[in-house]
Amino acid sequence: MEKPVDLSRFQQKFPKAVFDEPTKSFVVPPEQLVDVMKFLRDDSEYRFDYCSNVAGVDYLDKVEKTKDVAGNETSKTIPNTGYLEAVYHLYSVEKKHGPVALRCQTKGRTNVVLPSITPVFRSAEFQEREIFDLYGIRFEGHPDLRRILMWDEFKDFPMRKDYVEPDDFEWEPTPHDDVLERAKEHNR
Amino acid sequence: MAVDDSLKSELQKAGVFVTTLEWIYNRSRRDSIWPLQFGLACCAIEMIATACSRFDLARFGAEVFRPSPRQADLIIVSGTVTKKMAPQVVRLYNQMPEPKYVITMGACSISGGPFKQGYNVLKGIDRYIPVDVHIPGCPPRPEALLNAIMYLQRKIDRQTTLTGSEKPRWYDQNDTAEWPVPEFGAHDLVPPYNPQVWKPERIERGVGQQEAKH
Repeated sequence: MEKPVDLSRFQQKFPKAVFDEPTKSFVVPPEQLVDVMKFLRDDSEYRFDYCSNVAGVDYLDKVEKTKDVAGNETSKTIPNTGYLEAVYHLYSVEKKHGPVALRCQTKGRTNVVLPSITPVFRSAEFQEREIFDLYGIRFEGHPDLRRILMWDEFKDFPMRKDYVEPDDFEWEPTPHDDVLERAKEHNR
Repeated sequence: MAVDDSLKSELQKAGVFVTTLEWIYNRSRRDSIWPLQFGLACCAIEMIATACSRFDLARFGAEVFRPSPRQADLIIVSGTVTKKMAPQVVRLYNQMPEPKYVITMGACSISGGPFKQGYNVLKGIDRYIPVDVHIPGCPPRPEALLNAIMYLQRKIDRQTTLTGSEKPRWYDQNDTAEWPVPEFGAHDLVPPYNPQVWKPERIERGVGQQEAKH
């Protein structure tokens, strides 16, 4: 079910939701997210009544690479440029069109909060819980925000790119790539 | 006391069957291994297929899958053991009456298998409970599970000393038969393995290769 929708009226109503051409998605500011969702669901032309997918993405701080005169490459991490993101895909079962992709970005990678869309789309409840579990984004307004896959005592967020696994490496018969690096670290 | 084989055959010719208590005991045990009705992932589907008519686990007396650990002799760890599930598996094993046996079915329950490098999968249930038979495969064929049951039967047959100093562990009154259940920690299970059951493997890599180069 992939049928494009004319979203010009939506863009007129929410000019702060910027269309990103390479990813074909709207970047919605967090304070407008719930209103955007409500509009897309209730508008008689759009009727996006089905939130099929909510996903988390982690962007690390940007790295700037510079070359000096001798040709030596140095890389410098620019602080506070990384952020976390939630991606939403909406379809309309009634109008048989969609999808429309929306993205919502946090400010920074510490103390990350986004508004919950569970009051608008009930199907987002478990997916927001999963993002909270694995990425650590807190969804404000979620009725029951607990870990869903990992145990409650777990403190880390394993899908974040800077997650450090417990050091329980054991012998591998055919190590390669990252596993080879870890095998070398453990001298095995 | 064992029966002399030649005397046994002489008596058999005269219509007298002589045997040992251990033989009767083991015979009845090996032909009625009741597995725990317990599956974790796709290997459990193969386990179900093994119990069904095409492969018919009943031929080996092991078809009575018990829905309670209190009535089971064998736990077939069939599938991926996640770190969240591991304490429950150990607890089920603790609840089974002695003598009890463990079969790990498939790559995941042996070592973590394809998920070995993941953050949420236990790298083998043998870190917490003693395993009798390992079946490799992803998933193993039902024939492989039947083979494992036959191996287990042979293992039970060999248990000829039931009293004295060489008696099995579970006839020792001082044996508590409690395997420590791991707890959920902030980053991993605590402890990450039971040192009484499992020790990390240590293999020096590259020693032979360097010698070959020179």
